[in-house]
Amino acid sequence: MTVTPCHVTREEGLIFERSRPGRTAYSLPPLDVPTVPVETWIESRFLRADQLAGLPEVSEVDVIRHFTRLSRWNYAVDLGMYPLGSCTMKYNPKLNERVARLEGFAQHHPLTPEELSQGSLEVLKTLEDLLCEITGMAAGCLQPAAGAHGELTGLLLIRACLEARGDARQKVLIPDSAHGTNPASAAICGYRVQTIPSTERGLIDLEALRRAADSEVAALMLTNPNTLGLFEEEIEEIVRIVHEAGGLVYMDGANMNALVGIARPGDMGVDVIHLNVHKTFSTPHGGGGPGAGPVLVTSELEPFLPVPRIVRRPDGTLALDYDRPRSIGRMRAFYGNFGVLVRGLSYILTMGPEGLREVAETAVLNANYLAHQLKDTYEIAYPGPVMHEVVFSDKRQRAYGVRNVDIAKRLIDYGFHPPTMSFPLIVSGALMIEPTETEGREELDLFIAAMKAIDRECRENPELVRTAPHQTRLGRLDEVSAARRPVLRWRSEASSAPSGSPSEERVASPEP
Amino acid sequence: MATYPEDCLYTREHEWIRVEDDVGVIGITDYAQEALGDIVYVELPSVGDHFSQGEPFGNVESVKAVSELYMPVSGEVVEINEDLAESPQLVNEDPYGDGWMVKIALSDPTELETLMSASEYEEYVKEEREKEK
Repeated sequence: MTVTPCHVTREEGLIFERSRPGRTAYSLPPLDVPTVPVETWIESRFLRADQLAGLPEVSEVDVIRHFTRLSRWNYAVDLGMYPLGSCTMKYNPKLNERVARLEGFAQHHPLTPEELSQGSLEVLKTLEDLLCEITGMAAGCLQPAAGAHGELTGLLLIRACLEARGDARQKVLIPDSAHGTNPASAAICGYRVQTIPSTERGLIDLEALRRAADSEVAALMLTNPNTLGLFEEEIEEIVRIVHEAGGLVYMDGANMNALVGIARPGDMGVDVIHLNVHKTFSTPHGGGGPGAGPVLVTSELEPFLPVPRIVRRPDGTLALDYDRPRSIGRMRAFYGNFGVLVRGLSYILTMGPEGLREVAETAVLNANYLAHQLKDTYEIAYPGPVMHEVVFSDKRQRAYGVRNVDIAKRLIDYGFHPPTMSFPLIVSGALMIEPTETEGREELDLFIAAMKAIDRECRENPELVRTAPHQTRLGRLDEVSAARRPVLRWRSEASSAPSGSPSEERVASPEP
Repeated sequence: MATYPEDCLYTREHEWIRVEDDVGVIGITDYAQEALGDIVYVELPSVGDHFSQGEPFGNVESVKAVSELYMPVSGEVVEINEDLAESPQLVNEDPYGDGWMVKIALSDPTELETLMSASEYEEYVKEEREKEK
């Protein structure tokens, strides 16, 4: 019997597995200088003993085809709607890419002296000022690399401020609907976390907050709108309770896309906020970043901001100020993810104040349109007018043995990226959908039609949904085994003989 | 349907404890493992660690979430379930048996009076399910 091997376009391996000894993607001209052993130039202790063995030896066409194939099996916001709740996967205008690639920005070395860096410093200063205006805060720092890093920076600022008041405190209050990074950031900062429950309406329980707000409270970390997509209407009372207890209010600005251009956290009494430039201000993310998580603060916290601060000299030029004795120190090499910040500024200036307001209005309108069109099909855990996202649950579909994960996988077959699942934790079987403002009516209608079709399938042919996706190159992946026994490292057959734990070996079981 | 063994006492955070002589065996309930889904990792304390009642002693990671484990009563850890490192699915398969997590020497057995009996816990779970969003 002849077995026809599966073409690589159907069964992609690792680039390592395509390696053939001696194959290269370059050819160098003949050497026209005397050969010198590398050891004469570099001490042996700096030389690798393995001669780089094990790195893939492949041709240019191998590399290009391998990565092009992988990219075609991917899903991206440039292909279709990406309703991954809480992540604000809006379309990223290409103008921002063009601006970030301008030679003066892209080629600017971070160690260039200040006097030759005025353009880049102006970008950072302008962005900082605009973010202060947008949030209603007094000052800011653009260094943090992304949201959770911004949270850590913000909490370190709060700690420094309280210590300066002579009133260091021990605990941070966090609602049960919060992003998981909030308690993690508080714990890393040395605080004890106390959870505040939500009410039946999905908002923070004011009575529970009052009981918890004692003399040990350093801060409340609040996301507004919260992860249920609901605006914390009592924000002013919440802030008052925490301030009267002597604590500060940290706002997680991850959901700022619902407020930008309309409401300012500074006006609500918030002391510290971080923004996600890669969410609200449209810089590419997913797949690991890079992001940017600027932190904005009140004037009381300003002295503690990380160094260096960008300051304007009397002659109008900009300088980096390191002489800040009360600063918490540096949070990031150089001045953060500069290329991302350039894109963010490009976006803000392109949109202008009216444009940014329209962003929030349309994001909220789109989410409410989905909520309205789907509310008779899928349970909405906490009904009420939503802001930029809506959280459904699988409560009705569970009766047919279908769970949120199955619905999410089936959406892939209809051409959409799955929504966020099983978060926030206070909703069982959550499907968290954030359309963002960049989806038009046609795309939203297609999504609604897909969700309704899946609900019909749940009733008529639940097995079809439970085994989805069917249209993808690979079917349902075994995520449980992947989590329990992750294969984190590839080893060649030659070197894998006495390997460590079995989980390190690649499981070679190609699908037929 | 979830099960509620009569020989265990229960917490509002869905841990169970079964006391044999002065040693308490602790795990999470059938309801908890069902709500968490497939468990992929269990982080347990070290033998000799001491915890107060209600204090987190470890966490359990499922495909959905990471959740903390809370001590039903105060005590010192005398043994941990080493099998969970390689086979976390035991918690799903046999939550009251092979899926146990830690054994502790109780420091204050009177704290057991604050826990729920099987029937009280069953009633509590029923209420939780009704509240479920």
